[in-house]
Amino acid sequence: MWPEASRVRVFMLVPGVEIPHLCAQCDDYPCVKACPADALSVDGRTGAVLVSKEKCTACGLCIEACPGKVPFLHPRDNYAVICDLCGGDPECVKECVAARFNALWLVQEPMSVSRKLFARPPEEFTEDVATNLYGEKAEELI
Amino acid sequence: MPYGYAGKFLDVDLSKGTVKDTTFPDSVLTDYVGGRGLAARILWDRLGGYWRSVNPLGPENLLLALTGPLTNWYPGTRVCVSGKSPQSNGIIGSTTSGEFSSELRAAGYDGIIVSGKAENPVYILVTDEGGEIRDAKHLWGRKGKETVRLINKEVRAELSGRHPGRGLVREPGILYIGPAGEGRVRVAAVMQKWSHAAGYGGYGAVMGSKNLKALVAKGFGPQPQVANIDEVKRLWAAVTYAMINNADRLRRWGTGYGGYEVGARSSSEPVRNWQDEWHDERGLGGPRFDFRYWIKRYWSDFGCPSACMKVAMIRTGPFKGAIGDNPDYELEAYEGPNLGIYDAGGCIYMSVVCDELGLSGINGGNLLAFAAELYQRGILTADELGMDLKWGDAKAFEALAEKICRREGIGEVLAEGTYRAALRLSRMKGLDVTPYAVHVKGVEVGAHGTRSGLDVGPAGYAVAVQGGDHTSTAYDAHDEMNMVFADSAVICSMNAWRPGYDLVFSFYRAVTGLETTREEWCKVLGHRITHIQRAALLLGGPDIVWQPKDDDNPPRFYEPLPSGPYAGKETGRATVEELKKQYYNAIGWDERGIPKSEVLRALGLDDVDRALEAVRQS
Repeated sequence: MWPEASRVRVFMLVPGVEIPHLCAQCDDYPCVKACPADALSVDGRTGAVLVSKEKCTACGLCIEACPGKVPFLHPRDNYAVICDLCGGDPECVKECVAARFNALWLVQEPMSVSRKLFARPPEEFTEDVATNLYGEKAEELI
Repeated sequence: MPYGYAGKFLDVDLSKGTVKDTTFPDSVLTDYVGGRGLAARILWDRLGGYWRSVNPLGPENLLLALTGPLTNWYPGTRVCVSGKSPQSNGIIGSTTSGEFSSELRAAGYDGIIVSGKAENPVYILVTDEGGEIRDAKHLWGRKGKETVRLINKEVRAELSGRHPGRGLVREPGILYIGPAGEGRVRVAAVMQKWSHAAGYGGYGAVMGSKNLKALVAKGFGPQPQVANIDEVKRLWAAVTYAMINNADRLRRWGTGYGGYEVGARSSSEPVRNWQDEWHDERGLGGPRFDFRYWIKRYWSDFGCPSACMKVAMIRTGPFKGAIGDNPDYELEAYEGPNLGIYDAGGCIYMSVVCDELGLSGINGGNLLAFAAELYQRGILTADELGMDLKWGDAKAFEALAEKICRREGIGEVLAEGTYRAALRLSRMKGLDVTPYAVHVKGVEVGAHGTRSGLDVGPAGYAVAVQGGDHTSTAYDAHDEMNMVFADSAVICSMNAWRPGYDLVFSFYRAVTGLETTREEWCKVLGHRITHIQRAALLLGGPDIVWQPKDDDNPPRFYEPLPSGPYAGKETGRATVEELKKQYYNAIGWDERGIPKSEVLRALGLDDVDRALEAVRQS
């Protein structure tokens, strides 16, 4: 059990406001373009970003290029961590169903420019969700 | 070392400003596990030799924040706070939920031991690189939400700076105190997030007495390794299924669903400082909270399937702007009927007031009602209180709570907690007001009465080593040890309730690789911890030493219930005395409630036995 190595990290910058933070698979893949080591590629079948542990130099340029600052370096092995959709059969969905939360399920969606709208830093999501929950009080809490 | 442990503890001396890592022998971990059990052992080893002279609010006391081997592996996440209690003068294991423990264990630590007193306000930051003492002058005086906001910001910025290029840093786990703890108020809680509290014991005051605003942890490593991961996964699923399939009421409504029925059906809910335990006020029913105030229906801490917390917010009216966890049953009772408040909004508001101040909702709510009863009886006047403290007036109770935290006027007396305030007021007034203090061994009693016979047993609090703590009452010297285990393995007892403790012990064996059985725990290991807690309680001091007669209920529990279906019923002194005898016999204490020499020696507690000689002679 290793939350800090999970490809899905959950931020809670304000209590009650949990923000799952993971790759949104932008249509133009700025992280892949930014990689100087050819360590990042796109899975043609799922559209997910794949990271080659061996090629990654932990330079952090993919993090900078990501509009959501989603990638992070693995705390022990020091390579970029990005959700790879587990090859199309995500473990998070399986666990969620197994635990009977049924909060996650698989969908099939064509690639779209709209995907990038979901690539945002957790601070921005937090502001939105906190405002939605707490209204004008959110300003004091963030 | 058994599996399930990160392997080291942080030992901080705030007087000297030193921080070092420490470990315990495998035998200590095997016998005392963690949390409450390990706290009892550590406190006894370090302070047992001069327990009676240790001032709980002096630099000589310890503040412990300990996890256990099951923490985070067993669904849910909790930490146990302990020390010499400024309420009971004994040892209380006080647990609170939240991600502090997962972050602490991710940083490679099983717990923190704090001694001494800092010259100026500080907080302790624990990361994978170790512990450090940091300045907290800018945090002192801040209420809960502001404290959490500032520490989140500061620590994320600090750690981002230390590890540039690593990516965004998540928020740390925080255990902190509010103004109540800073004011060394004996009913101050140790808080987590906005509303999660380690309430019993008064450990917020211990932190305050050390100038310690917060313990903050951020780890990047994995949770400790377990012995048998396949078995742990299987059992994890079993616990999760049990909670989701068989504890739906807890998931949907939280324990707060009891706010109406514990009063209306069981007649065991505190009403106006326990002057009654029955009410039929539907204003406190579950739907009154849900439909009007809940803005988030399911909220859980890390890894918890139960999601018994609900976030409440008041959007209109005199209490507009209050946000917090919806009161659980305890706070619905203590911030509701106990203060004469019967509307959901007022109850949420007072719960948020307590949370923001870092006042234990149970112990603090008990204290506020004690003051209100003295006002009702004309013993405390509006002049002395600085307000008309009428039942049901949430704003008046808020003003008094603030005064208590500032130790201003009558607040200076009330800040000593219900029983100590009663002793002082009795001297000041030349009138015995202790019959109005609803406590056992200085610990304000949980919101479950004994009079109707449908809730806590007649001697459940009287002989309990944690006094008025409703989560760990005494009844059979055997199954009650389950709660000692929950507090020592440091799991949420609500999540153990449906799966049952046979499964919990299977889980423990799968995590640790040890062979410990439930029988062994309930007959030997749990008793050892309980005897140490009992010894500490009997030694007590320095301000109060409990006598055999103090193994009793609050006087109020012997007054007949005035109304409701159980009107006329009281706890029954003869029954209590008979049950006390049976209990002493079952657990191995003599007729005065002192652990017997041969029982202690058979358990290898020779040092405890020697210390109790002084009590036996007296």
